[in-house]
Amino acid sequence: MPITPITPEEPRPAPEPADGTEAELRREAAELRERLSAEGADWLDGALAEAARAAAGPAPAESRAVPGWELRFAAAGRACGTEAAESARVLLLCAARPGPAALARLYRHGTGEERRAVLRALPRLPLAPGEGLPLVEDALRTNDTRLVAAAVGPYAAAHLDDHAWRHAVLKCLFTRVPVRALARLPERARGDAELARMLRDFAAERSAAGRAVPADLDHVLALTAKDA
Amino acid sequence: MRIFDPHIHMTSRTTDDYEAMYAAGVRALVEPAFWLGQPRTSPESFFDYFDALLGWEPFRAAQYGIAHHCTIALNPKEANDPRCLPVLDALPRYLVKDHVVAVGEIGYDAMTPAEDTALAAQLELAAEHGLPALVHTPHRDKLTGLRRTLDVVAESKLPTERVLIDHLNETTVKEARESGSWLGFSVYPDTKMDEHRMVALLREYGPERVLVNSAADWGKSDPLKTRKVGEAMLAAGFGEDEVHRVLWENPVAFYGLSGRLDLEVPGTEALHEGNSLLRGGE
Repeated sequence: MPITPITPEEPRPAPEPADGTEAELRREAAELRERLSAEGADWLDGALAEAARAAAGPAPAESRAVPGWELRFAAAGRACGTEAAESARVLLLCAARPGPAALARLYRHGTGEERRAVLRALPRLPLAPGEGLPLVEDALRTNDTRLVAAAVGPYAAAHLDDHAWRHAVLKCLFTRVPVRALARLPERARGDAELARMLRDFAAERSAAGRAVPADLDHVLALTAKDA
Repeated sequence: MRIFDPHIHMTSRTTDDYEAMYAAGVRALVEPAFWLGQPRTSPESFFDYFDALLGWEPFRAAQYGIAHHCTIALNPKEANDPRCLPVLDALPRYLVKDHVVAVGEIGYDAMTPAEDTALAAQLELAAEHGLPALVHTPHRDKLTGLRRTLDVVAESKLPTERVLIDHLNETTVKEARESGSWLGFSVYPDTKMDEHRMVALLREYGPERVLVNSAADWGKSDPLKTRKVGEAMLAAGFGEDEVHRVLWENPVAFYGLSGRLDLEVPGTEALHEGNSLLRGGE
């Protein structure tokens, strides 16, 4: 079997994040519950309640064990099924509202799935500007396309500097992550002559090697025009 | 022939191996944490390794249509180095993860007191976390090692029915079988078992609770040995149902004891709940 390719589709803008208010969380939890078994839905209710309690008060000072909601965060795959686990984990993060240190620990100690959930939750968590950036940068250094895609959401669009953001765009093209994963792509690409140069050079390098130029490249290139 | 390799160290293997394994019928595997050939000198090296078993390696496997799970433990060889012992304290945070389907591989190397302690402690961790355990038998002084292993298992809180004793051979299979444990056989090019001896043991003892693995790693080994055993079984007159039992159902049943086995190959799709992805098919 050939390596599983990722087929870029017609790009469309990445969705804007929900605002993370309590009402929004309740609505999302209700939607997720619909997709779960009765057992999974009960688990989710219990886990969210536990996470909300963790947000309400700091854990007992240096308490012995891992906070209960973090154990739920780890177990979401077997409790909700792989498919729904990411949504469940993002909701748990939004409910528990971990600070930057706890969040970084959850990422560092996380499986691939847990790291993706942390990255997706970043724009919805109470962080000082840029506090989540080291996690985005870490994910962008990997070659796991699922991590790369999770890293280039609205948080990256808001906080990556021009150089890092251009490299993120190029990395998506390079690793075949569809560029619609890039939040606010049209807005950030507009009038970016340096990004346009990098894209043209990349296309030239591919052509020189007799290889196909990624299908989304022309689309991004068009977005770099001043009047795009 | 659908194959589950219940013991293979993919960290040490290439993408060519993944491709050949898929072509041979491998759709699921378990990668036990073990020694890397070069001794580690600090717990942090283990943590990076464990993180790879829960991050990068499952991604690599999924690209080739293979479901990847792992077992986590401090292996017996490195349990003898005091610099590595703090790994034991950090194990609980790994043992709660999805896709960790057992504690392992644990067991004996040189049968030292440090290995006694690490084995007993990790059997307790398995019991506490609702996980089965993958316990290998030592390469040297194997029968004595098996007996000592079975004694430690019997004294632990973990029921023997939740233990897979691995690297068994003609000299150890009988006592291991009588203990009620699951029975693992590693099939190698030169050492351990070979496929024809494996078939002979299956004739003698039957397929019940028997798992066959390649244990392929950084040494001379062959990630397609599971398939070769399946073919040798068929050539020797075993039915396809018996091959399926040994190469698929038994590993699914054993690691399924964890409640965490997920045989759906995750897509390597870049986008959440996306589209644009092949699920292990051509």
